Amino acid sequence: MAQFRLPANSRISRGKTHAAPEGAKNVRRFAVYRYSPEDGENPRLDTYEIDLDSCGPMVLDALIKIKNEVDPTLTFRRSCREGICGSCAMNIDGVNTLACTQAIEDVKGAVKIYPLPHMPVIKDLVPDLTNFYAQYASIKPWLQSKTPPPADRERLQSREDQAKINEPSACILCACCSTSCPSYWWNSDRYLGPAVLLAAHRWLVDSRDEATGERLDMLEDPFRLYRCHTIMNCTRTCPKGLNPAKAIGEIKQMMAERRH
Amino acid sequence: MAQGQRPLSPHLQVYRPQITSVLSISHRLSGMLLAASSLLLVAWLVAAASGPEAYASAQVFFSHWLIRLLLIGVSLAFFYHLCNGIRHLFWDAGFGFEIRQVIVSGWAVVIAAAVLTLGFWLLLAGG
Repeated sequence: MAQFRLPANSRISRGKTHAAPEGAKNVRRFAVYRYSPEDGENPRLDTYEIDLDSCGPMVLDALIKIKNEVDPTLTFRRSCREGICGSCAMNIDGVNTLACTQAIEDVKGAVKIYPLPHMPVIKDLVPDLTNFYAQYASIKPWLQSKTPPPADRERLQSREDQAKINEPSACILCACCSTSCPSYWWNSDRYLGPAVLLAAHRWLVDSRDEATGERLDMLEDPFRLYRCHTIMNCTRTCPKGLNPAKAIGEIKQMMAERRH
Repeated sequence: MAQGQRPLSPHLQVYRPQITSVLSISHRLSGMLLAASSLLLVAWLVAAASGPEAYASAQVFFSHWLIRLLLIGVSLAFFYHLCNGIRHLFWDAGFGFEIRQVIVSGWAVVIAAAVLTLGFWLLLAGG
């Protein structure tokens, strides 16, 4: 049964407020989820008043500014700052996205920042993605082929076959989609979730892959695939504009078709 | 610290309601309401089969304004569940997965359910 309330150790208390420096004219409030495993306290929501006149345009710029100038203990993942690494995925203004591609000016009012939803929190905005990565590994995200490759070249594909895997190959595994999915919230122990199923679909439709049957066998399960109820929060939130829900729909069709 | 001690990040508490998820949970809730309210239909049919007196007292019960209000809710749930069920059939057949289509079809279902409910009760009132 789904647990709708947060467990006692996860309820969020009010934290500190860090006022803007004097003379700041263009102040925006950032409410940021804080949790430290070391002080034994519940998570809290700290507020930082930031002068946008001395801050870069993206939410990630504000977080880096807070870390550099206000509170060096603030912990978050980031790397590429251009939407290609997927490290800074978090819940901003109520939806999952990448902090580096989310413009501050597109958020109305105070900018609320939480870690990706319904995940164990290691510290502040850093969720534990161990289960997510293990699920990704479970679908064997690599080419499986029994026939040997041609001796003198790679395994070639037609342009049409390549086009089928272009889009899902652009997935950066940021986990925005999976952690936006209520079904994944309640069943992430057994349901693979949209990101991993998008990857599964990418190998199912790869013209060079020869393990389609085994891959479908693995997904033929009441939970792994069929906990998808076409809610579509995944596609709505994907910061790369990909469509996991459509991929899952196509896997379900492949399942239905092979039964006949 | 042990992994089991880690707090769970907030989910329903912070996720902004989406047209996608709100319509999905509405589909479920309307289905549950319809299943529960089928008992009312059965009670009415049993009363009708039990003779004129039982039927008359059932009619009194069903014309109470509170029950009327509930029935309007049930009819809305019925039309919503019907329309959204058709939307799900399109998805099952592989159509309408683009997010623009999802938003348009979602609002279409909401409007259709409201119009059908209104029309249904106007028809009853007229007849």
